Amino acid sequence: MKSMTFLTRIRTSRIFWPLVAWIIILLFNAIVSPRFFELSIMDDAVYGKHLYGNLIDIFNNGAPLILVSIGMTLVIATGGIDLSVGAVIAISAAMGTVLINPALGQKLISNEILTRNATNTPLPIIILAILAAGTICGLWNGILVSRARIQPMVATLILMVAGRGIAQLITGGQIMTVYYTPYFWFGNGYILGLPVSIYICALVFFLVWLLVRKTAIGLFIESVGTNAKSTYYSGINEQNIKLLAYVVCGICGAIAGLIFSSYVHSADGNNNGLYYELDAILAVVMGGTLMSGGRFSIFASVIGAVVIWTFTVTVYALGVPANALLAAKAVLVLVVILLYSDYSRRLMNRIFERRGPQHDAAN
Amino acid sequence: MTQRIKRLLLQYGPLLVTFAVFLLIYFIGGQLYPAMRKPQVFFNLFINDGSLLLVSIGMTLVILTGGIDLSVGGVIALVSTASAALLRGGMSPYAVIPLMIVMGVALGALMGWMIQYLKVQPFIATLMGMYFARGMAYIISLTSVTIKDPVYKTLALTPIQIPFMSNAYIYPTTLVAPIMLLVAVYLSFFTRFGRTIYAMGNNEQSALLMGLPVPRTKVLVYAFSGFCSALGGIVFSMSLLAGYGQFATAMELDAIASVVIGGTSLLGGIGNVIGTLFGVMIHGAIVSVLQFNGTLSSWWTRIGVGVLTLIAIGIQSAIYYRKKNS
Repeated sequence: MKSMTFLTRIRTSRIFWPLVAWIIILLFNAIVSPRFFELSIMDDAVYGKHLYGNLIDIFNNGAPLILVSIGMTLVIATGGIDLSVGAVIAISAAMGTVLINPALGQKLISNEILTRNATNTPLPIIILAILAAGTICGLWNGILVSRARIQPMVATLILMVAGRGIAQLITGGQIMTVYYTPYFWFGNGYILGLPVSIYICALVFFLVWLLVRKTAIGLFIESVGTNAKSTYYSGINEQNIKLLAYVVCGICGAIAGLIFSSYVHSADGNNNGLYYELDAILAVVMGGTLMSGGRFSIFASVIGAVVIWTFTVTVYALGVPANALLAAKAVLVLVVILLYSDYSRRLMNRIFERRGPQHDAAN
Repeated sequence: MTQRIKRLLLQYGPLLVTFAVFLLIYFIGGQLYPAMRKPQVFFNLFINDGSLLLVSIGMTLVILTGGIDLSVGGVIALVSTASAALLRGGMSPYAVIPLMIVMGVALGALMGWMIQYLKVQPFIATLMGMYFARGMAYIISLTSVTIKDPVYKTLALTPIQIPFMSNAYIYPTTLVAPIMLLVAVYLSFFTRFGRTIYAMGNNEQSALLMGLPVPRTKVLVYAFSGFCSALGGIVFSMSLLAGYGQFATAMELDAIASVVIGGTSLLGGIGNVIGTLFGVMIHGAIVSVLQFNGTLSSWWTRIGVGVLTLIAIGIQSAIYYRKKNS
């Protein structure tokens, strides 16, 4: 390892490829639409002075995806997968808006009550309820995977299918719109000119980072993902490690749902967080974590999520209709597939390592 | 004798359970809502779930190899929109239908090629297929395109009377899925292609070492799934006489759930297409019970399918666990 040059160290680093992808997209923007990087200070009547621009939007709108990717990284690192995060977003968003609804518990419901800027439930309880909903979803997935020993893809598929039904059950099949301004702060507010959602992401990232890098849990997770059986024989409770990963993922999904519903002022059981599980998995894969589990980097996944959202904002900025974005995303996935395929890795190794024995970059 | 019955039960257990669950749901529905006893309701299962059955058949074969195909819903949307746009442009339906099938097969084969030769996870490759197909559908048209073609209309709206039954009819498009099912049964049970699929699902490495044509079969399986999805898209656009990018949202989930409920293991190698038929029919039966009830809302379908998937998985793991230990 000592003989590694600076260049090789950068190239083999986990965040190298996502960073390259991000820089390419930003360069593309710099050439095609230089206005992309413009930042201005906007004076908002409700939220005060704050920064405004595409770069801020990337982090503000991308916050739910970043959060979900953080949770998904842990799950994928244990060798699992969580298909239900989109449904968890929908459930927690539904939970939050229903509790806010000022008509909750009242017999006489009028439009005047429904659109009132008030709620009968204290805000901390609403947040706790949202987090609890996510925790329960995570526990459910985790128990199915770790205790009932169902394959992760199938186990989380159940909640993925049923979850949207549950979300609609909570809201009574309606798109719940809320008018309670303190709740909107999470998705629209600003601290020191930057969106609140960025701080929430940073906080969650920091907490998870503390959990996995400052305790042995991160090592245990990697060990479970590499070989669950040998982990078990080493005296580590692999069941609880898996359970923990799914619970963290559920909580991340719940926070994402909180920001999401707060941002759009409503909850729609059918469409909230649609395809988020797929985007999150893509972000994790871009971050270099193998789908089969093992070593992981949360930071790389976060960059992966940022790349996806930068790409999304870029495509919007080019004037492509929102629905056609999916086709553009397909191109992104294709590029990721080609970059990460064994063939291109071998090619890269051959270019960079002219001397020394050839070997496949298995990591 | 008991030994033999036990083995038979182990082999066909999941299939029998699926069949029993279907009968149970249908029976309960018939007891609660007498109108559900009409034979037409039974045939409606095939009329309404024709495209779901088609994509589930393709999905079953893919899952039997140990893969997954997330692109089926997207392909349905793309095929329906593309065919509607082409028909609006004045193209003959006899040219449109083969063209759409070629498109589906090509997309499926491309994904299979990526999975086999670029060693991409099936999940990621078919995810790209889904994004691509749905996105292309929106690029073709952002709004719903109606189909006014007379050939499509006749195929979609001519009732075929069921013999020996009064007031029971199906449409020509309804027949596509059952025919495809027979083809799939033939393919999976009576051909080398089918044997190879099961061998791959059980252990790809040993299938390869046995000299089976694994790479070719893998590409073909995804192409077959693309073929089924394209057929499903044509049936779907005929039954609604329109094409739209938002059609069949999350149908891949319903298809996967139906396959799992039908007793196919997502690990591959275990299960068959007949189970999938009942899986799809259970989905249809739940939907019709909800329709007859009227007060229960549509989201109960999703919860019901989720619960049934859970039960199916529970039974599967119980049975296979015993099989392993016996």
